[in-house]
Order: sequence, then C-alpha cells, then structure tokens
Amino acid sequence: MTALPAKTERRLGLVIDLDICVGCHACAVNCKEWNTSGHSAPLTDHDPYGAEPIGVWFNRIHSFEVESDDPDIRGRTVHFPKSCLHCEDAPCVTVCPTGASYKRTEDGIVLVNGDWCIGCKLCSWACPYGAREYDADAGVMKKCTLCVDKIYNENLPVESRVPACVGTCPAGARHFGDLGDPGSGVSKLVEARGGYDLMPEQGCKPTNKYLPPRPRDDKDLRNENGTPAALKAIDDNIDNAFLRWADRLLSR
Amino acid sequence: MHPAFSVIFFTTASGAGYGLLVWLGIFGAIGFLPADRWFGVAAFGLAFGLVTAGLLSSTFHLGRPERAWRALTQWKTSWLSREGIMALLVYVPTALYAYGWVFLERNDGAFAALGLAGIVLSLITVYCTAMIYGSLKSIQRWSNKLVPPVYLVLSAATGSLLLSFLTHVFGHPATIIDTTALAAIALAAGLKLAYWNLIRRSRSESSASSATGLGKPGLVRLLDAPHTESNYLMREMGYRIARKHADRLRFIAIIALFALPIILLLSAGLAGASIVTTFLLALAVVFATTGVLVERWLFFAEAKHTVTLYYGEENA
Repeated sequence: MTALPAKTERRLGLVIDLDICVGCHACAVNCKEWNTSGHSAPLTDHDPYGAEPIGVWFNRIHSFEVESDDPDIRGRTVHFPKSCLHCEDAPCVTVCPTGASYKRTEDGIVLVNGDWCIGCKLCSWACPYGAREYDADAGVMKKCTLCVDKIYNENLPVESRVPACVGTCPAGARHFGDLGDPGSGVSKLVEARGGYDLMPEQGCKPTNKYLPPRPRDDKDLRNENGTPAALKAIDDNIDNAFLRWADRLLSR
Repeated sequence: MHPAFSVIFFTTASGAGYGLLVWLGIFGAIGFLPADRWFGVAAFGLAFGLVTAGLLSSTFHLGRPERAWRALTQWKTSWLSREGIMALLVYVPTALYAYGWVFLERNDGAFAALGLAGIVLSLITVYCTAMIYGSLKSIQRWSNKLVPPVYLVLSAATGSLLLSFLTHVFGHPATIIDTTALAAIALAAGLKLAYWNLIRRSRSESSASSATGLGKPGLVRLLDAPHTESNYLMREMGYRIARKHADRLRFIAIIALFALPIILLLSAGLAGASIVTTFLLALAVVFATTGVLVERWLFFAEAKHTVTLYYGEENA
C-alpha cells in the first residue's frame, strides 16, 4: 500500500551547507556515476553527444543570485544542489495508484519499485520539489535512492557507506545521517546553523535540511572610513616628513 | 503543466459520456424518455463509446500500459486508483440498464433503479477524475474547491447537450431535456468564470524565496540553470505555450463552450421541433466539443507547478 508509515525508525537524509557549496557539480556527476549501475539503473540519456541531450539525473545544482539591503547579505551568489528530500509526508507516495512508490519504515527512504511502476507520472506532478525523474526508455519513474545500495553495502569500507554525493563533495558541503535522532551529527549541525526546510508551506515535512549561507564577515577587511584594511600599513608608514606633518595637521 | 492530448481527450470524452449516462438514467427513470430501441442503441452506444475511448486513451500516456491493472490497488490513498476502480464499476449497472433499454425496451422498475445506480457511480467517477488534479498542492491553480464542481457540471452540460441533440434526431424531443441542457451550460459558464476569477485573484504561498529559503520575495533570482539544455521536469512542468495565449484561448472557450451553445439552444427552442432545430443542436454540439477541448487544454497549460520556481519563475 502507498500509505505512508505513521513513524519511521530512523530518518535518514542529507544536510546541505549552502555556505560551503562551490557549485562544482561533482555531487551530481558522481550520483549519476553510481546510480547508473545501482538500484534504479540505468539513468538513461538520450542524444548524449548531440545538440539536445536529455537524461535522468537524481541531483542537480542550481545557482541563485540573492539581493538584499542587509549589509550581512548584500548581493551574493548561492549554489543550490537539489535532490529528493525524502519527505515525512511525501505526496509522491500517496498519489501513486500502483503501490510502486513507497516510503521505508526502517529508515524513511522514499523509493520506486521499477517492476510495478506504470509510468503515469502523477508522482512527479505531486512532488513540489521536482525530485522525480521519468525514464522514457524504461517507461518508469526513477528518483534519488539516498544510495540505498551503498549506505548499507558491507562490501565497502565503513567510511564509504555514505551516499555518492556526500562522499565525493570536495568542499564538505554535504552531510548524511539520521535526522530523527537529535543526538546525531547532522541534527546537531542543523541545530547549530539554523538548518531549514524548503517550501515548508507545502506541508511535506522534508527530511533533508539546508544550512543557510553565513552572514558576510568582511569587517576585518575594511576600517571605519571604508578604506581597505590591507592598505592601512601604507598609510601608517609615510616616509616623507612633510607628508607625515601634513597628515597629522589635517587629521586634527 | 504539459497538456498531454491523451489526458485532455480522456477527461473531456469520458466526462461527456458519464454526463450522458447520468441524464439517460434520470430522464429514463422519471419517464421523460421512452425505452425506444434505436434511440437506446445510439445514446448508449455514444455514451459507452466516449467513456471507453477516453479510458483507453488515458492509458496511452502511460510508460508501461501493460501494467495498468496495478492502478486498481491503491484506492486507500490515491485518487487515480479510485477513479480507475469506479470507472470499471460504473459499467455494471449502466450496461444492465442499457441492456433493458435496447433489448427489452424497458427503463422502468428494476431497470430504473439500475439507471439511478449508474448515475451515482458516474458522478463519483467524474469527481475522482477531478480530485486527481484538485488534490495536488504543488499546483496552486488546481488545488481549490472549484475544480470538482467545474468537472462535474461540465460533464453534465456536455452530456445533456448530446442527449438533447439525440432526442431531436430520434423524434423524442422534450422541452425539459432542452431546458436542462440550457441550464447546465449556463451553470457551467458561471462556475468556470468563477474559477478563472479565483485563480486570477489568488496567489500561491510558494515563491522562489520559499523554494530556496535564501532571501526575501522578489530578491531571489535564478542565475544559472543546472543544464544548458532542458530536462524532464522543465518539459513536463514548465510548459508555457498556451499560457502565453491564455486570454485568447479563454475567450474562444467562453464563446464556443458557453455563448454559442446557449444562443443555439434558445434559437432551437424558438424553431420548434423541426429539421432546423436538429441542425442548430448539431452545431451546438460541435461548438461545445471544440470549446471543452480548449477549456481543458487551458486548464493544464494555465497550471503552474512549484518546480518552475527552481527554473526562474518567481511565483507558482
């Protein structure tokens, strides 16, 4: 049944640090690399080397520009990776007419049973975040599996048992763990950094959390007059005696 | 939302078919329609033809149509599953009702009861269809209380117009049937105008700001999309062609689906029962069919999905 479990034993998910992400797309590429031979393999591409390539990706990186009058923010560019948020109240699961879409009771991971899916695409309409990916070749819906075939894989060294996107991130912007356990590393991180939900008004209660970019901290770089701090030494060490005298006089 | 033609055809054709079954049930049961064999063949043939063609067409957009039977299993949570089950159940009483009408030339007593059961199941099926869309919170323009009544009344209106036309062709005209068609179309016009008014005035809570959590509304702008080319989400959810022409399409829908059929029905009333009346009603059917297809196309194309917020839209 596509009814959601009342409670899951664990709430595995990702915490994505928007302060650290450099927008290199490595997580998306490694996701594709792992998953094209994983649980929902293959992640089909059409016209991959042609003029209009299109294909299945579970993870995508958008870049946003944010404007603000707030001196702590001003204008900035934020790289924004987005994949399935493994929601607690996942609407993609309940709309599924076949039972192919389900949420696991043991860890809260939302998966698609590719042998049952009829490819009606309704789950992709129901997901507000665009986490579902239709594979036109297989005629079924696919999605981020949180690397379910990697995180429990006993053939891998323990440190490799994390989702591909987390393992590969060169900046350490992605964290994986149990967000249902208040004592876990990810929960503490969310607590410390004010991690937030995307589109809370949609009522999906996403598991994945985003850590906001930190306030700009460039105060050390400027002195009170707004002149660059790095040039202060030049001001302080004036060689010419006349200029030193003039500076003192004018500074009164 | 991308308007798949199979889905537009399905919702409009099956809608008209269920509407026709509803009115055949009502007017048969209350004795305004004689159980004339050839009228029955034509009317039930048309109704079952529309419903069945619609249902078959709805399986065309499936990736794996051979597994369609699985869609009958999740009625506890899924409106799509409920619709599939109801669409099959509705055949049982309506087929028996049609059997009595065509083969035994009877639509009274027990057959009338079957007709009434058919009415209830037909209405529930159309309601389920509407709720597939009406239950999607991700699409603010569908997620409102007017979607189910609009689907139900448009189904009744297109069905009653078909019935009015058929009664004139087969020489069983009844003022009450023509008046019903007129009233149903007028009611549909009122509800649809209210729907358009509602979606014009209401605004979604979701914005690029809430989708990213990065800044105040209006100050978060997409700088770079994830790809240089399009993807499934953009093609399925980011469809914009009809939205660009929304005002013109809405005008066409109002004229073809509501104004012209109402004028033609009134003119037919003045013309009395004659070949001219039948011709006018045939014209009304043609216009209403065109109009309801445009209306449904617009219903899909006007719908903005929240995923477009990650691809440059500011509100959805």
